[in-house]
Amino acid sequence: MRVALFLTCVNDTLCPDTGRAVVRLLTRLGVDVDFPMAQTCCGQAHYNTGYRHEAEPLARHFAEVFGEYEAVVTPSGSCGAMVRELYPRMGERARAEGRGDFLARTLAPVVPKTYELTEFLVDVLGVTDVGAFYPHTVTYHPTCHGLRALGLGDRPRRLLEPVRGLELVELPGADECCGFGGTFAVKNADVSAAMGADKVRNAASTGAEVLCAADNSCLMHLGGTMTRLRSGMRPVHLAEILASTEEEPAV
Amino acid sequence: MSGTFVGMPAFPEAARDAVRDTTLRGTLRHATHTIRAKRAKAVAEVSDWAALREAGKRIKDHTLRHLDRYLEQLEAAVTAAGGTVHWAADADEANRIVARLVQETGESEVVKVKSMATQEIGLNEALEAEGIRAYETDLAELIVQLGEDRPSHILVPAIHRNRGEIRDIFRSEMGRWGRPAPEGLTDTPAELAEAARLHLREKFLRAGVGVSGANFMVAETGTLVVVESEGNGRMCLTLPETLISVVGIEKVVPSWRDLEVFLQTLPRSSTAERMNPYTSTWTGTTDGDGPRVFHLVLLDNGRTDTLADEVGRQALRCIRCSACLNVCPVYERAGGHAYGSVYPGPIGAILSPQLRGTASDIDASLPYASSLCGACYEVCPVAIDIPEVLVHLRERVAQGGPVTRDGNKVVLRPARGHGAERAAMRAARWAFRHPGALRAGQRLASRTRRFHPRTLPGPGRAWTGSRDLPPVPAEPFRDWWQRTHGGKDGGR
Amino acid sequence: MNSRERILGRVRRALADVPRDDSPIERGYLRRHGERTAEETVALLAENLADYRALVHRCAPDELPSLIGRLLTERGSASVLVPPGLDASWLAGTDAARVADRAGSTAHELDRVDSVVTGCAVAVAETGTVVLDGSPDQGRRRITLVPDHHICVVRVPDQVVSSVPEALERLDPLRPSTWISGPSATSDIELDRVEGVHGPRTLEVVLLG
Repeated sequence: MRVALFLTCVNDTLCPDTGRAVVRLLTRLGVDVDFPMAQTCCGQAHYNTGYRHEAEPLARHFAEVFGEYEAVVTPSGSCGAMVRELYPRMGERARAEGRGDFLARTLAPVVPKTYELTEFLVDVLGVTDVGAFYPHTVTYHPTCHGLRALGLGDRPRRLLEPVRGLELVELPGADECCGFGGTFAVKNADVSAAMGADKVRNAASTGAEVLCAADNSCLMHLGGTMTRLRSGMRPVHLAEILASTEEEPAV
Repeated sequence: MSGTFVGMPAFPEAARDAVRDTTLRGTLRHATHTIRAKRAKAVAEVSDWAALREAGKRIKDHTLRHLDRYLEQLEAAVTAAGGTVHWAADADEANRIVARLVQETGESEVVKVKSMATQEIGLNEALEAEGIRAYETDLAELIVQLGEDRPSHILVPAIHRNRGEIRDIFRSEMGRWGRPAPEGLTDTPAELAEAARLHLREKFLRAGVGVSGANFMVAETGTLVVVESEGNGRMCLTLPETLISVVGIEKVVPSWRDLEVFLQTLPRSSTAERMNPYTSTWTGTTDGDGPRVFHLVLLDNGRTDTLADEVGRQALRCIRCSACLNVCPVYERAGGHAYGSVYPGPIGAILSPQLRGTASDIDASLPYASSLCGACYEVCPVAIDIPEVLVHLRERVAQGGPVTRDGNKVVLRPARGHGAERAAMRAARWAFRHPGALRAGQRLASRTRRFHPRTLPGPGRAWTGSRDLPPVPAEPFRDWWQRTHGGKDGGR
Repeated sequence: MNSRERILGRVRRALADVPRDDSPIERGYLRRHGERTAEETVALLAENLADYRALVHRCAPDELPSLIGRLLTERGSASVLVPPGLDASWLAGTDAARVADRAGSTAHELDRVDSVVTGCAVAVAETGTVVLDGSPDQGRRRITLVPDHHICVVRVPDQVVSSVPEALERLDPLRPSTWISGPSATSDIELDRVEGVHGPRTLEVVLLG
């Protein structure tokens, strides 16, 4: 199977460790993963800020870059939701605006074969025990687009539970938004910060060392809040936990 | 809408004070978390919730598609049952009609059932200007009226007040409006409810005119429905000689049978009850029972403009249950006043900019008052995709485009203040279409990373005011991938 | 152009491009939640009424006059409102002064009456609701509103249905209806439910069968 890693522009630029972890994890599970160098951005920030027309060329670009692969895997619930939920909607809107079905037809092929990482592991590869070792106390925050747009359900939990050495503790108010919300974080900075602080306090109340999520943009907001509040916790992407083994532990 | 909201600051500024008000934060947190858990339980009790939600959505969509037909049918049925129907294109017209109808009765006061439509048009203020005093009789509306306050929640307009504040308002203000609060009034909810009962009783018993809204209007039969808890609604709907109901045109449903969906979904979504204590239905007038005169004022006030928008019209499905407010993390922290409208919370953020347009600062900022977390859509009993409409309205604000205002099609220009953002979005789009340019930018960031400050000046402060910046890595992923041939060279 | 024509015109223009939708509404929801015997349905009604603080009593027809008499005595009621079509034998066990439900009674007069006794049109087990529709044994809407104590007699199992859809089928929309689920209540203080505001603060439901 020809599998492409869609890392996302944020991870590519700011979180290369997550990208390396996904590559290690998938390679260990026998998947031949490719990183198409022409990939850039899915257009989510443009779309959600009200610049749908600016997002369209990025969506077309995405479809060109990933069209030939059998599966596209992304370690981001929100970018995965952009492709799966919002690309079809962009196509419909273009049609409603009398611009024909070119956009819809261009985007349609990549929609069903784009998977968020935990979906790919559980649904496509059919694994939940990925042979990971991570001797830390972890609490898991389900990010909103993974939880509500993609419906990831208990997949992340099923992947975390078999990890050796890992103690998973329940996060109070887990399904509440962390307050990132893309440009919301700066357009409504006060509310965003208050939501982030509440999330960090809830996470700290569990006594966990690590706050885990499957979306680095939320983790950047929470990580920045954690250091500012001196919570003593650190944010770690789920992929980095799953990639960690006894031979090659995560740092 | 109500004059009390004119000149509101944009949402972020209004929310800033609320976020720092620890009493308010505590009150809202307590109230919304209480109702959130209860609603979840009430909904989980019915195994066919998803099917009820879907049917509610379809009934509303079907009605909206044929709204002209159902309004005409409703008018004929109400008239045949002894009522009189009036049509009001906007708030001013509705207020004039109601004021005239009250004056014709010779009365100078009215008792009011809690109603969003009459709040939206600022009816109380308009009646006051005509020398007519309107008494709010819902407990929360009474608290707001006595406190000369503004509503902050659809179902519980005084949600921003805790029991101690309510006691203080009752003690100091009830005497000015009628029967004073009992001596030694404490802050126990039961005593506060008793105080409201005593205070309002004399007003109910002498009332000549009742003013209400309605939760539903049945086109087929001309029946109106009011869903309530306290019995103040029943008082206003049955004791006065004259009843005037002001109802938004989107509140119509085709048939009596359709109520079987909404009378199941509304109570569970709003107060988290299997059924609210009282529901009243009436069709025109009934000999010897209830008001002898019934007027129905059908209100447009921006609804037909909203109906003209393909994406935005779903907001007209709303049955005003408040479930979206109660689950919203932004509402919980910003409070209802920050939304600058009688419709706060997620539904308000998509309703106000459609009913009023996006010309004012507050209305242009409301579509951004959300992290798009989707909790509102999940709980909505008529499946309004609030995040979808929010993004659609952001597009209207940022990029302009065709809209309908006062029945006329116009093309909006992009809102002021979005020029820099627009330029940045274009530049980012250009870079993302040119992977080489993106890569150059990434490398520049990596090479200069030692010099990056931990806090930013100017607009960047919005991030670093409360959060540290993430460290920039030594190389972007794509450089590592190329250098190590996809990690095959040992991966370091 | 008057506002009626203006609004209807705006509606038609707003929908000009939208395809008509005359297909019947799909109603995939249940007519009732779960299958129950008549006796189980009555038991559920009793349970849900009690859950929202209604006082529930059960009795056989020959016990009804003494039960109503006892409830009025315990309440200390000196007067009771009587709908025109109420079975006179129901009040055979009380000395409370009967007050007739007359069109001419003022609200203030009603406010001086202690209790009211009525029948009902239908009761809904799943929601713990009794529905009045102004029939002769229920009277005008205001007589069950102004007095502070309401005794409502439900004939079981005939008048009991399982669900809201089944209740609506039994009602005539042209008659004014009042759906009552427990005594009056409010959630307006910190979104916490408190019983007892403007409507009767005591609701007693007698399941007669």
